[in-house]
Amino acid sequence: MAEIKSHIGTQNKKGQTYTDAWKMMHEAPRNPSFYTGSEVIKEALRRASCDVMIAYPITPQSEAAALIGELFAEGYIGDYFRGESEFAVMSQCAGAAFGGARVFTTTAGPGTMRAMENFPMWAGARLPIQMIVTCRGINSPLSIQPDTIEISYLLNTGMLVWHAETAQDFFDWILKGFMVSEEPEVHLPLALCCDGFFVTHTKDVVNLTPADMCLPPYDPYRSPVPCMDMECPPVRMMRDPFIMKSNYISYATHASWQQEIWAAIERSRKHTIKWINGLIDTENTDAEVVIVASGTAVSQGREAIRLLEDEGVRCGLVKVKSLRPWPGEEIREATKNAKHIFVPEFNVTGWLAKEIKATIPNSERVHAGPHVCGGMTMPPEIIVSEIKTALGLRSESLAGRGS
Amino acid sequence: MTQYRVLPGPEHFLPPAAASMGIYLPNPGEAHINGVIVPEEKAYEEAARQFLMAQVPTIFPGPLVLWAWNEKAAKKAAAVRKLYEILKECVQPGQKPMLIPMPDYRPKYPKINPEVEINPNHPNLTIWHNKIDCCMFIGVHCHQANLSLKIIRGGTSCYTVAMCAQAGHEDAMLSFRDASVEKILKLGEWIRKLKGTVKPRLTTAKTSASN
Repeated sequence: MAEIKSHIGTQNKKGQTYTDAWKMMHEAPRNPSFYTGSEVIKEALRRASCDVMIAYPITPQSEAAALIGELFAEGYIGDYFRGESEFAVMSQCAGAAFGGARVFTTTAGPGTMRAMENFPMWAGARLPIQMIVTCRGINSPLSIQPDTIEISYLLNTGMLVWHAETAQDFFDWILKGFMVSEEPEVHLPLALCCDGFFVTHTKDVVNLTPADMCLPPYDPYRSPVPCMDMECPPVRMMRDPFIMKSNYISYATHASWQQEIWAAIERSRKHTIKWINGLIDTENTDAEVVIVASGTAVSQGREAIRLLEDEGVRCGLVKVKSLRPWPGEEIREATKNAKHIFVPEFNVTGWLAKEIKATIPNSERVHAGPHVCGGMTMPPEIIVSEIKTALGLRSESLAGRGS
Repeated sequence: MTQYRVLPGPEHFLPPAAASMGIYLPNPGEAHINGVIVPEEKAYEEAARQFLMAQVPTIFPGPLVLWAWNEKAAKKAAAVRKLYEILKECVQPGQKPMLIPMPDYRPKYPKINPEVEINPNHPNLTIWHNKIDCCMFIGVHCHQANLSLKIIRGGTSCYTVAMCAQAGHEDAMLSFRDASVEKILKLGEWIRKLKGTVKPRLTTAKTSASN
């Protein structure tokens, strides 16, 4: 810590002042700016004291990656390049992080899937890389449109997984995410997800911290594993006896290692709560009907609640901000009064509803839907319709247009 | 509030990580004993008592204090050596303090030499061989320390103490955080203070193999 603190108040080569992260995020004046989500990623990274950014173009994250290239040209990023593929990118990110750098990358959809082998490796190697996931469809036939299915694949990689609703969440959580994931007892990669296009390509007013302030640099000497020790696990991977041997000791070491990754996710809980002000946000959870959602489904849920209020139906809202660590206790508490729990999602499988069903008592209260996918929008009216139908209220069909 | 407690084993074929059982790390100025947060002062006394009670109290210094990679590390190493000397002064006849390094984290095959080192991938071998019933990790990278502490809890009855330079270890039975030269020496002072007041255990460590 002494090494980090010694940087506070000094300036980097761009004249930005290394600032205590808590003061920068909570006490520094904010400047309202009208930006797309992609531009917000760039602005967050300008303030992140990032050493290395690597990406491969894939819609809808390409714009953010290109904008960060401008930051590199301006001298805000230590190194920046395009990898040969998403798999190469994530491997190169690992190399940079092993070497002690603060590393950032962006990805989406099939790119995330192509690189998937790297994510448990990052977590197992305790590399606090931050990866922006601008979610989109992954299946054939090809879709570049918004769809959150890829988040479900990330949930068991050992990474921290957060799901931003707005560009403001995005700006704040990119910077705060480094603070959580770089804690020595956490030291895990963070997948910071948003719904592609809805957030990345939409303009919104975002309150930015001063551009002349930046995060303190990453201190690799606080890492729970040695930096780039080529003779020891986790760097020394394949040639090592403890990987290749088949015996009880080898298995026990692996088991203990995996447990340690999930223990680190648990340890991130208190830091995540501190930095993003709780794992969930709640409104009116004394209501009998509650919507639980993450990402932009929260915004649609909020609008549906307004429409329902006009019809005399009171409805609460739970915004799930962090998926790993999973807010199990918080969701149990927030839904304890609910007779009906609706989980609107932008994916076909309803992974969030499944997680919630596995968390709460009397899970038959959970209505897994409405779902849309493949790039469809989710009009608040379909959430209203689903809720009214479940409550036995008359609901007009929304599909019969033109008749 | 969890009912789980971090206690000497052998706990289980595959014991859980204490963090996954609801055990939290202490905040600055605190420590934990068996997973319960306590004021740091109380932890010094308990750690000293455990050392003086043990038949084979052992310090396991890791790479962060074994190599003089900065001035602070060299000073910590000298403090660890001093702590070991104090321990030797304060134990009673029949007790056998040891200082066994964890010089690196490479898995050692075909077999570790448990008389001269401990390894995070099979720390139980060193514990079993030397019949160590109380140990303290210091200067071991946190991930590797947790790996070791969990395996030791799983297969041995050894009481584990962590003197951690970062946030501490739930998987130890007793953990300090923000370790410094002063804290290491303060533990030495507590051992001196309790000298002659603690009755050593009559038996050495149990193992899952001998159970």
